[in-house]
Amino acid sequence: MNYLFDPAHWTGADGIPTLLGEHLLYSMIALGIAAILAIPLGIYIGVTGKGVFMIAGLANALRALPSVGLLILLVLLISPAFPSKMGYILPSLIVLVLLAVPPILTNTYAGVRAVDAAAVDAARGMGFRTMKILTDVQLPCSLPLMLSGVRSALLQIISTATIAAYISLGGLGRLLIDGKAQNDFSQMVAGAVLVALLALFFDQLLAFITRRVVSPGLTRRTFKSVTSPSDAPLIPAAA
Amino acid sequence: MIKFENVTKAYPDGTIAVDGLNLEAPTGKLTILVGPSGCGKTTSLRMINRLIEPTSGTIYLDDQPTSGMDAALLRRRIGYVIQHAGLFPHRTIVDNIATMPLLLGESPKKAKMRALELMERVGLPASFEKRYPWQLSGGQQQRVGVARALAADPAFMLMDEPFSAVDPVVRAQLQDEFLRLQREIGKTIIMVTHDIDEALKLGDQVAVMRVGGHLAQMATPSELLTAPADDFVADFVGRDRGYRSLGFTDSSGAVDIREEAFVQLGAPAEEARSKTSGSWVLVVDGNRKPLGWAQPERIAVEVRREDLNLSGTSASSAGTMRQLLDAALSSPSRRGVVVNSSGELLGTVTATDVIKAIEAEPHLETAR
Repeated sequence: MNYLFDPAHWTGADGIPTLLGEHLLYSMIALGIAAILAIPLGIYIGVTGKGVFMIAGLANALRALPSVGLLILLVLLISPAFPSKMGYILPSLIVLVLLAVPPILTNTYAGVRAVDAAAVDAARGMGFRTMKILTDVQLPCSLPLMLSGVRSALLQIISTATIAAYISLGGLGRLLIDGKAQNDFSQMVAGAVLVALLALFFDQLLAFITRRVVSPGLTRRTFKSVTSPSDAPLIPAAA
Repeated sequence: MIKFENVTKAYPDGTIAVDGLNLEAPTGKLTILVGPSGCGKTTSLRMINRLIEPTSGTIYLDDQPTSGMDAALLRRRIGYVIQHAGLFPHRTIVDNIATMPLLLGESPKKAKMRALELMERVGLPASFEKRYPWQLSGGQQQRVGVARALAADPAFMLMDEPFSAVDPVVRAQLQDEFLRLQREIGKTIIMVTHDIDEALKLGDQVAVMRVGGHLAQMATPSELLTAPADDFVADFVGRDRGYRSLGFTDSSGAVDIREEAFVQLGAPAEEARSKTSGSWVLVVDGNRKPLGWAQPERIAVEVRREDLNLSGTSASSAGTMRQLLDAALSSPSRRGVVVNSSGELLGTVTATDVIKAIEAEPHLETAR
């Protein structure tokens, strides 16, 4: 723990804020790309029923991915093509995106499938056009599952982003790897604690956002708990 | 008016769901499509608002063929009620009901006012406004479903098994209220059900369909009971149809009501014994409303609720022959209790009296 409280570790190119920033940057970019890929695909498969095999096959196969092995393989394949640091950043991002796609894809698909067929039939029967059924009924109703997919993807990305340090990129993984190399347990613990805190923080943040944007009609909460005081300390920025 | 002209629905695998259907649902009337599962009744209904496209033939809405219309715009002219209500789970009750007015371009404020008006109309308390569908019972949800369909005041309504997902008691209540509502609003309605009793109770006219999508008979409820077109209809309309057709025969004035001695709840045993004819005496409350029958020799001190036999039904003096006969047959004294419109005792009838009245008038006027 001493490592965390030493002011020297909080400045400079190898300081905790820099590492934290890098870690977050990789995580957010990977999550963004994964969401852009997986959410529309999940919606499409959920609405049309086409390509369901992708959910069962591909998504589950991706879950069993050995991330470190894949990272090294990708570095060997990709880095010669890029002269700069990009040759290392790209493989890291690809691995993180591949990890994040399955939970988002399967949950989005499952969310859309789980929308009450009677509500969709009623919407169509009342004269909603296809796009309005999607935006007014199917998407809002599938939001809880979709967001829980994003949430588990984000947890996985934040914890796995530590491996970027393996290929000499930054991020909080540096604390773990450098700490191990130097037999500096204090540094390793600091890294582990920071990753865990970061993951917890974002998990709670997403839980809060979920409560904010998901209709209480779906979660079956009574309306009051949306603004329950226990949520308040988590969102100094969002207020 | 909704009119089917030679409408057929055939699926690519060769299944014929509806085969050359000709049918006319008159303006302001409730037409019921009834039949066993697989008879194409729901398919027929869904072809009207083009959730299913007919393979051939034409459906007319007030003499305009629906095939040339924009499907979404067509649907907005027709109220649509389905079995499980199909409410939007993420929207409040008032927002659910306001859906159609908003879709048709009404301002949010007006749409909300209209929704509140309809909540009252279908018997939902205003306190439900901000609730979500999951907080309502099945019967309440179906009321919201009906309110939502009526919110844009469409001339036509399609109802697909609207009352079949709720328990029998609530179903009967919803049916009664819906009949009352329809008498006020007079929409052109086509309703699908598999329940012949519901069809006979609600329909101005009933179309019985058979498997393969054929129309077996189109008639008023009492005609279906008294003159089924063929064995299939007779069988589908079911047993007891002679008895059930009495449900369409007005009883007012047809049977003489006899005076019946009665005691109030709490009366002493001696009074009950002195007023007994036979072994049963009728017990009423302070407002002359019949409560049940008691056997005076079993009463210890005074007439208590535990002494009452509750098996007897009571018939309204302005009801049907079926109610009168049932009251007589279900009563332990074999004397059927008859009450006036506010539920007060008028007297009793016997089954023999009712049967005599039925035999005396073979062509009794039907109640509808």
